[in-house]
Amino acid sequence: MIGLVHYLVVAAILFTMGVLGIFLNRKNVIVILMAIELILLAVNLNFVAFSAYLHDLVGQVFAMFVLTVAAGETAIGLAILVIYFRSRGTISVDDLNRMKG
Amino acid sequence: MIQAFAFYLFASIVLLSAAMTISSRNPVHSVLWLIFAFFNAAGLMLLVGAEFIAMLLVIVYVGAVSVLFLFVVMMLNIDFSQMRSGFVRYLWPGLALATGLAIEIFIAIWSWKAGGIELGRRLAPIRQDVPNIEAIGNLLYSRYLFVFEGAGLVLLVAMIGAIVLTHRQRSGVKPQDIARQVARRPQDAVRLVDVPVGQGVEL
Repeated sequence: MIGLVHYLVVAAILFTMGVLGIFLNRKNVIVILMAIELILLAVNLNFVAFSAYLHDLVGQVFAMFVLTVAAGETAIGLAILVIYFRSRGTISVDDLNRMKG
Repeated sequence: MIQAFAFYLFASIVLLSAAMTISSRNPVHSVLWLIFAFFNAAGLMLLVGAEFIAMLLVIVYVGAVSVLFLFVVMMLNIDFSQMRSGFVRYLWPGLALATGLAIEIFIAIWSWKAGGIELGRRLAPIRQDVPNIEAIGNLLYSRYLFVFEGAGLVLLVAMIGAIVLTHRQRSGVKPQDIARQVARRPQDAVRLVDVPVGQGVEL
């Protein structure tokens, strides 16, 4: 029978892949944003799995809020990406030094 | 039996498509693999009885977020071939860090399992006779009403932010000026002239 640990392991591997994706695609901001989506998906999977196996609905409610934040973050991130590309003509992470941070 | 089969099917496809998302050469393929991963994650959530979140995942992620990614990838004219140059350089540090992170998470899962933590009190016990979406709605519009309003505010700020960021004033176009249109009166716009025969009119 499928237990909670199965779900936790899948979510852990998914989370790790998201982190790895940020490292592998250092040049491409779009794929970095997709990797962040993968991380948030792993978190959502954990929320839902815990909610189901502990018989408490609050996890699913909070998964919805995570979904909200993920959607907002993507919209803002892609908007920043579009205006950055418009002014600079590149989206490489190495060239993002405008604020000298 | 069929549940175990479905779980392993969905889980393996999620992990496979996540791997393809981060390693794909073409960002359009990355987005398509991401969509596939979302679909299968929705399947995983469906298996534990969270139907509403699963459907929300399909609607929000597949229907909105992934399409947004696809739009941006196709709108920007980017040379993606030179973006792969750092791939091998960052592969080993990235793999080392990811492995460390995975080991940490597995240790956390393992110790959590050994302790056998039980919830002292359930905030909202799942009842079998109430449908999932109804239960979530009851909770969302009563106890979590303010958090729900906050989520709406986050979306509003994101929407206004995206519009403000990407809006640009173009020069050399003639946009509609509604105030001017409304303020325009007949006596300013129309002039009645008596035209004498054979002489024409000077405008």
